[in-house]
Amino acid sequence: MKTTRRELLKLTGLAASASLLLGPDKAFARTVQRDTSTQVGMLVDTTRCIGCQSCEIACSEANGLPPPTDKPNAGQRRTTGIDAYTVVNEIESEKSNIFCKTQCMHCDQPACVSACITNAMYKTPEGPVIWRENKCMGCRYCMLACPFDVPKFEYESINPRIRKCILCYDRLGDGKQPACVEACPQEAVQYGRRGDLLDIARKRIADHPAQYVHNIYGENEVGGTNVLYLSSVPFEQLGFKTDLGTVAYPEFTKTFLYSVPLVLLLGPAFMAGLRHATRPGDDKSH
Amino acid sequence: MNTTPTTRSFGRAVGQDLWPFIKSELKPKGKLLTPFNIISAPVILLGLALIVLRFTKGLGATTNLNQEFPWGIWIGFDVVTGVAFAAGAYTLTFLVYVLRMEKYHSIVRATVLNGFLAYVFYSGALALDVGRPWKMINPIIGNSFGISSVLFLVAWHFLLYMIAQFIEFSPAIAEWLGLRRLRKILSTLTVGAVIFGICLSLLHQSGLGALFLLAAAKIHPLWYTEYIPVLFVVSSVFAGMSIVIIEGSISHRVFGNMIDPKHHAEHTDILVGLGRLAAVAMFVYFFLKVLVLIHGLHFDLLNTPMGHIYLIEMVGFVLFPMLLFIYGAQIRNKNVLLSAAIISALGIIFNRLNISVIAFKWDVPMHYVPSWMEIVITLAVVFGEIWAFRWAVNRMPVFVDSPAWAKQIDKELAEPQPAVQEIGLKDKQIA
Ligand code: SF4
Ligand code: SF4
Repeated sequence: MKTTRRELLKLTGLAASASLLLGPDKAFARTVQRDTSTQVGMLVDTTRCIGCQSCEIACSEANGLPPPTDKPNAGQRRTTGIDAYTVVNEIESEKSNIFCKTQCMHCDQPACVSACITNAMYKTPEGPVIWRENKCMGCRYCMLACPFDVPKFEYESINPRIRKCILCYDRLGDGKQPACVEACPQEAVQYGRRGDLLDIARKRIADHPAQYVHNIYGENEVGGTNVLYLSSVPFEQLGFKTDLGTVAYPEFTKTFLYSVPLVLLLGPAFMAGLRHATRPGDDKSH
Repeated sequence: MNTTPTTRSFGRAVGQDLWPFIKSELKPKGKLLTPFNIISAPVILLGLALIVLRFTKGLGATTNLNQEFPWGIWIGFDVVTGVAFAAGAYTLTFLVYVLRMEKYHSIVRATVLNGFLAYVFYSGALALDVGRPWKMINPIIGNSFGISSVLFLVAWHFLLYMIAQFIEFSPAIAEWLGLRRLRKILSTLTVGAVIFGICLSLLHQSGLGALFLLAAAKIHPLWYTEYIPVLFVVSSVFAGMSIVIIEGSISHRVFGNMIDPKHHAEHTDILVGLGRLAAVAMFVYFFLKVLVLIHGLHFDLLNTPMGHIYLIEMVGFVLFPMLLFIYGAQIRNKNVLLSAAIISALGIIFNRLNISVIAFKWDVPMHYVPSWMEIVITLAVVFGEIWAFRWAVNRMPVFVDSPAWAKQIDKELAEPQPAVQEIGLKDKQIA
């Protein structure tokens, strides 16, 4: 009895110190957090989508892209591209077939932005992640970095651009909603403040616990995304990446970037010292 | 203080005008129809034509890059591998200028020249790969600083390091042009440039690895680790050594007539020393790799096709050449050392391509394979670098000894008091 209690104490002590080391926010990251930021986002409820492609057509019109040429088809996986910022896929499942819209996730701390050498990829304070043509040098590091493979590149052009959904950032300023949201007849896509969307999503799960998996994709993935998903089947069945973890991508390179000024400051001093230490005494050979 | 006949052909003679001299130096020296030229000249010409195609028809027409594979061999080989190969410059200057291992002094110039040209050509290849190269100035002039980007850091370090290397090599240019005063000023900058250059090198060698940290979910778990930056630095040490050994062995055959007989004798000593250092670096690297493997708990993956590639890389291209280096150094055999260097250089190519291309999205059905045009342009870049190296070596005191006046300056710089006046006097006498 005594030993177990001691062990328990030890364990809690360990856990406490570990959580202190990790920092309080990380230790409790798993608990429900309210998103109080003013950032906007989108909620995609895949149980409502009927695969009508209204969103695709509206997106093409709003962005001056050619209208979609193919339809959602259960056997085939459509991907976004240089002339389609959003596509709907049909996925077979044990219940009925599910339709699922994909586009940029507008990550809270986007990998693409932390990769971009020119700041062309930019996380606006309002939430949408946009691309700025006058800055981009076409290095395609954003494509390498994006965990969802969203940015697409115009390989055939000699003035190539990066193409991706920008959550209709230019329309939002005029008080309008993203084109896809406006067009959806099913309210499968909703636009709003991310915190409100999270509340709506949680409420839907609570009200219809049998209809949804109890998980909101995008709540914690890669540190949270501004686009959120609800589903009736586990997300991996929809083809979502569920192994991305909850660490925001910029964290991966932070240690390295922090060590840079250190090396540049201490390195020269260290080497100058070393050179001094190894100088030959009276020996003037050179 | 007359220049000897040998040095005369490797520098501007006193009283000769600068411009006619440079014009005459631009003409080719040596035989034109060597086997190397016969192979490389058409490749370079074809490469140039393809580069024109790249800029008129776009990346899609020349490369096999696509939306799944944004980076191909122009990054994975030209930049990532090429820069590792150029690491000899920072490791050697560390040995010679920081640790003062004078033994290696005679090969510093060739190595720094090679490193400098490698950066110019290989990171120059970046301009081919970048889709909007006219915007490359953005992160440099400061209207678009992506300071949170590893690539931003790497790009800046390339740039600064190129300048540092140019300063390190510039005394040779001054000797070639016979610019005495400049030579004296430039040689006082060497140590500063070296120390700064080493720091920059450590950072961008690791930075090239850190680039791939953001590809977390895309690189095979046997290669992806948070320690990629450390592994890149450590492996750059033996990558650089191997290239120095290979380049030195070739140069000894091709430019043998220029090399001072005194240095000929030292050459085996140098190779043995470099071989030992490479072996030590490889041991550390191998050890770290094993630690990472144990830490990652991916043993089950070893018996998959990718696992076999991993094992070939580790055993065939790290462990084996490491033992060969040790053996070659033991019996002091140049050929064994050269073989070890070639194998470990191939291993570096293999490793860098693994991380950037082969193990990148290893499970995608239509994996990227470079187009023939990508390969030809890559070869053209490599040959172009060798041509530039040869051009410089045939004209500047790289393998040949510096002219006597330059040595005099060095001597006086080493014991500064009386030197200043003396130089001034000499310059006047000569003029
Ligand atoms: S999904 Fe990709 S492109 Fe979109 S914000 Fe996130 S990292 Fe950037
Ligand atoms: S391609 Fe453009 S947007 Fe993407 S990382 Fe490079 S500079 Fe930034």
